[in-house]
This record gives sequence, C-alpha cells and structure tokens, in this order.
Amino acid sequence: MQVRTGVCGGARQPEASHPNRYRRRASPVRLHATGLRVSEVAAMVVFALLIINKAGGLIFNRTFAPGLQKLDSNDYLILAGTFHGIHAISRTISPAPPVQPLPGNRRPPTTGIESMESSHFRLTCFQTPTGVKFLLFTSPEQPNTDAVVRRCYEIYGEFVMKNPFYSLEMPVRVEKFDRALGAYLVRP
Amino acid sequence: MPAPTTATATATTNNNPPTPLDFKESDTIPLPPPKPFQPSLRHPASRKSIYDRALSRPPSSTSLPAFAHLFNTLITYHHAKSASVSEIEGRLNRAGYPIGIKMLDLLLYRQGGKAVRPTRLLDLLQFVHGVLWRGLFGRAADALEQSTSKREEYMIVDNEPVVNTYISIPKEMSQLNCAAFVAGIIEGVCDASGFGTEGVSAHWGEGDEMWPGKTIFLLRFQEKVVEREEGIKAAGG
Repeated sequence: MQVRTGVCGGARQPEASHPNRYRRRASPVRLHATGLRVSEVAAMVVFALLIINKAGGLIFNRTFAPGLQKLDSNDYLILAGTFHGIHAISRTISPAPPVQPLPGNRRPPTTGIESMESSHFRLTCFQTPTGVKFLLFTSPEQPNTDAVVRRCYEIYGEFVMKNPFYSLEMPVRVEKFDRALGAYLVRP
Repeated sequence: MPAPTTATATATTNNNPPTPLDFKESDTIPLPPPKPFQPSLRHPASRKSIYDRALSRPPSSTSLPAFAHLFNTLITYHHAKSASVSEIEGRLNRAGYPIGIKMLDLLLYRQGGKAVRPTRLLDLLQFVHGVLWRGLFGRAADALEQSTSKREEYMIVDNEPVVNTYISIPKEMSQLNCAAFVAGIIEGVCDASGFGTEGVSAHWGEGDEMWPGKTIFLLRFQEKVVEREEGIKAAGG
C-alpha cells in the first residue's frame, strides 16, 4: 500500500519537481484518457463516496458499484472518524522536506493524505479550503480520480451549499445532490 | 426606649425623595462630531449603476448563482420567521407581489410604441405565459391550461422553474414550493392589469417521471372578473 501526501495552496509545485510525485504511477491508461471524456466514462469504476465534515463526522456516504461488501452505518462512522484522525496526523509528520515559499507568499500548509493505493482499490482524498473532506474509493485502474473528486465537490457546492434548507455540518439529505451524483457516477 | 426611636428616624430619612444631582458642564464629555456620510455601496469602475442604464434595453443576463444566493437568503429569513409551510409560502408570495406590479409596466414599456395593456383574460394569460416568462427567465412557460371543473381557474405549468434550480425540499415539508415567489409575481401582474385574483399559488405537479420539479401555478380569478369577461364576450367584443 502506498500513501501520497502533498502540499496545496497558491504556490503549487510543478508536477515533476515535487518530491513525492515520482511515486505516482505513470500508467498508459491515465495518459491515454486525459481529456477524453468518453474513454474516462468507459473505464470508470467508482465504488463509493464519503464526505467528512471538519469535525470528523460522516455527513454523506453512498456506494455506486453493485456487489460491494456491506458495511453497517456504525462502521462507516468509525471509518470516517479514523481517517479524520490519521489525516490530521499525516499533516504533521509529512516526510516531504519543507517547501521554500515564493517571496511574498505564505508557506502553503501541508494537506495530509491525498491518496492511498492498494491492489484492490484507490482512495482519493480531497480537502476543501473549509476543511470538508471528500473520500472517493475507486478501482486502482480508474484514471483522473482528482478530476472526478473535484467534480463531486462542484456538485456538492451547487446542490448542497446553495440549498436554503441544508444546515452546515449536518448529514446531507438533499434530493437533487443525490440525483446529480447518480447521473455522474452511476454507470449506465 | 431609645432603640425604636432611632429606627423610625432612619425609616423617615429613607422615604425622602432623592435630591436631584447638580448638572455641571464640566462633568460631560462632548460627543465627537459625526463623520461625513460615506456610502458603503460599491460602484463599477465606470461609475454607472443599474439606475444609469436605459430602461428600454433589457440587461443581457444575470448570474444564476448570484440570484440563487439572494433567493437563498430570502428563503432562510422567511423560514426562520414562520411557523408553518403555508406561512412561508404566503411570505414568499408577498415578496414577489411588488415585483409583479412593476414588471407589468416595465415589460409593456420595453415592447415599444405598439404595446397595449392586456384587457381580455386570454390576452393577460398569454402575456404572463409568454412575455413575463421571457422577461424573467428567458423562455416561455411550458403550458397554459384552463381548469375543467371551475371556470375561474387557470393553470400555468413550468416543468423546471429557474428559481428552484438549486433547491431541494426536505421530506418534512414536502408540500412547500419556493416558486410561491413567482406565484406572487404573477398575482402582482394580474392585479396591476385590473384582473383581481383570489390568489395565485404554486403546486408540485406530481407523478411526472421526466420532470420531477414540475410546478403548476394556479390562478384563481375573482367571480366579477369572469362575469365581466363573459359580458364582453356576449356583447360581441
């Protein structure tokens, strides 16, 4: 299993010079599929999406592929809480050498775990500027997971944050969000 | 006995009204002079606000997320202030009403010299269905129907109201339709053009697989409006 952590913020390092980027697998699928929406959809196996609020509570979970092992809701809560803790630790013990900030910029904060890979799945974590975390579980062959999780964030921004009946930090029960997410991630 | 007499003496002194304080000029701190008024509104670089634009030309388009944010705030405010679903709808309806009254004049003005006020019921309904909808949402409404049971009821159908784009209603208040705001606008247009209504309301059109957000605006005209309309029709108008 390999874990990737990184830095974020305005002064993002170029891909090649980043100390951790060599771990990224340069699979031909990824290169081939960049920018090609059709092939992206064809190769897409997204297992699940979890959203964790900034206090570490699970506010949304949904599975997209059939035949997955069932977890009960308590297990999901434990998974979210545990990941939240590990993520917080990984922010402080990041082995990456400190990045020199550009003059006039603050040092970008470390983001913690960005992705985690095993032979059966890949976990992509995307943290928003307000501290909400999106965890996307995909197959390891899935290309462009960064783009997929960002699109999920966009859908969240549209239908959850612009909904007057959603209260912050509470579980997401928003009909249009479910529908839009289903239209994007469920394979036809 | 000396003790009780002293007690009564203190009681009488306590009952005396407090002496007013001497007012001295030197005791007060003068307030600083008020700062000159500076408007906090921001203006575009050209110093031209919406009021400087020509009224006859419609603005090209408005950002939907910006509108959604404003409408969101409106709903949150009225949601916090009201106790029931019907009260929220009533408040949204009243928020839209003055817009409708102004929209009638504005849209007629923008139509140019040949524009006429809708004076017949059908003209008014087509004005709402076409001109008003295009002026507000950039497209016509999806259907215009008359109730089969009641002669004073008409329905305007919108499959996907623009105002509801980002709004999902929670289960416990599933009857609420925030397009009540648009219903208020319609009511304002009808009242301003002299067709008094008993109320315009927004309802969910249920059982439509293709359009889950289908909304039906129910226009209930006053009895005298319908009678007047039939009188004109009988007179061959």
